Amino acid sequence: MSGSRALGALGAFLIAALVLLALAGDRVAGYRFDAQDSAHALEPPSHAHWLGTDALGRDQLARLAEGARVSLLVAAGATGLALLIGLGYGLAAGWIGGRVDGLMMRVVDVVYALPDVLVIVLLIEVLQVTLAGVPDVARRVAALVAALGFVGWVGVARLVRALVLQAREETWVEAARALGLRNRRILLRHVLPNISGPILVAAAFQIPAAILAESTLSFIGLGIQPPFSSWGTMASDGFEAMRSYPHLILFPCVAIFLALLGFHLLGELLRDALDPHRRP
Amino acid sequence: MIRYVALRVLAGLPVLWVVATLTFALLRFLPGGPFDKEKTLPPEILRNLERRYALDGSLGAQYADYLGRLIRGDLGPSYKYVGRDVTDILADALPVSIELGLVALVIALAGGVALGLAAGARRDSLVDRAVGIASLLGVSAPSFVIGAALILGVALHLDWLPAGLWEGPIYAVLPALTLAALPLAYIAQLTRAQVVAVMDQDYVRTARAKGVSEGRVRRHHVLRNALLAVLTYFGPLLAMLLTGSFVVERIFAIPGMGRFFVTAVTNRDYPLVLGVTLVYAALVVVANLVVDVLYAWLDPRIRVGRGER
Repeated sequence: MSGSRALGALGAFLIAALVLLALAGDRVAGYRFDAQDSAHALEPPSHAHWLGTDALGRDQLARLAEGARVSLLVAAGATGLALLIGLGYGLAAGWIGGRVDGLMMRVVDVVYALPDVLVIVLLIEVLQVTLAGVPDVARRVAALVAALGFVGWVGVARLVRALVLQAREETWVEAARALGLRNRRILLRHVLPNISGPILVAAAFQIPAAILAESTLSFIGLGIQPPFSSWGTMASDGFEAMRSYPHLILFPCVAIFLALLGFHLLGELLRDALDPHRRP
Repeated sequence: MIRYVALRVLAGLPVLWVVATLTFALLRFLPGGPFDKEKTLPPEILRNLERRYALDGSLGAQYADYLGRLIRGDLGPSYKYVGRDVTDILADALPVSIELGLVALVIALAGGVALGLAAGARRDSLVDRAVGIASLLGVSAPSFVIGAALILGVALHLDWLPAGLWEGPIYAVLPALTLAALPLAYIAQLTRAQVVAVMDQDYVRTARAKGVSEGRVRRHHVLRNALLAVLTYFGPLLAMLLTGSFVVERIFAIPGMGRFFVTAVTNRDYPLVLGVTLVYAALVVVANLVVDVLYAWLDPRIRVGRGER
């Protein structure tokens, strides 16, 4: 148990470092994330630029900080959205059951059948039009949140529905029914608390999934676009020049890796604490 | 059971129709036509182009025309790759992506389930800890990080395997490993957690108390129930492979569907986008069908189509 607590502490430390990077990274670096300086392009790490500069002479630490802000914003928004929709939907489908459940799950099938990358790209394009007055990066973050939330809720809904389906077969639900409790009360006061552990754990793991999705989309050029900064676009730029300037790909990759590691460790700590099956 | 399968197959067809309609509508309502970039086109030439690509007439007529050709398996000409039909392009690109995806799927499933079983069966052992740490590192590394590391290390530095292209089985090794890494790690974690949970169940204790051999307990009680969780995970797994293939096809310069899709979207090559989407949707529908059937077979308590017990 102490081992897993130490790992949880490491996770909390990594997340704290990530938040600090997002809040204060560019102040520490002393540059704006989009300030170009062609005289100092492609420099390795130095005293002036701790993590070096990219092909346009932009400070890598400041760009990492901007990328951290984007990642955290997208992850928080997408997770909240997915949880909100998925919970309500899954509870309803699993509890009502029968034809309604069948119909609701066909809807889930349709959403599942839409390739997420396509949904995300389309939503980004649609929001480009509907949010015409908003700055580009805000539009893209909003689109990523909407798109990742829209893709994520299906998983939550399926999980919640499956948990409810299993729970309603349990004897304690039968007992509650036998006592004459009303449906709503059984669902909200008995079933939901009993299945809330796995749901919270699933929500916690949506955060790194969203960070991963954002950086992956940005890497292939479908997420955040230059001149704005995301770890994915930084890694993509670095990939092109990997042999000559390895520092360009190294730092964004390390940042993504540590951020994902931090959130996964935190999620595991949560799972150990909340999942009744795993209590020693 | 046969009725259940038939019903689920029939349920898949409307899903495909909805997907086709949704993508058609969304793409047509997006701003900008495919020929917007050539600003100097005279109106009569533009009209001819639109007629050639069936973009004239009302939206309803375009939609009816599109569905009609779709039923005959004709996805229309590509806007961007002049003179090529979408069906042609997909016929070239799809086998590449499917081959890569299947190899990665097999690696991920076999490796993940094996590691998860090994770890979960001996809880808190050295094996368990090693698998735990390895899978944690695995889920924390995006495919482009693993791909870049493999290209730098194995392809460029050691010069053991090619760093890109798609010209034989040897070319599939690094991309398939890159694509499989993330789902493998997830499946290992999931299987392990599930095995641990199942081992605590009363029915496992009962089976042991009855004197059932440990091997039989593992095969019939633990493995079966643990696989249920892996099955529910199949949808996200497929999505992960799909999104991953976009990255992997890019960094290893593989001529699969992912590369065509990304450029097709930015070029507003409607027929190609629709074609790729439909093919992906069909794959997902089939996969979900297989999962549902397997699920019902593995867990008789949940025969989804039957509703109430």
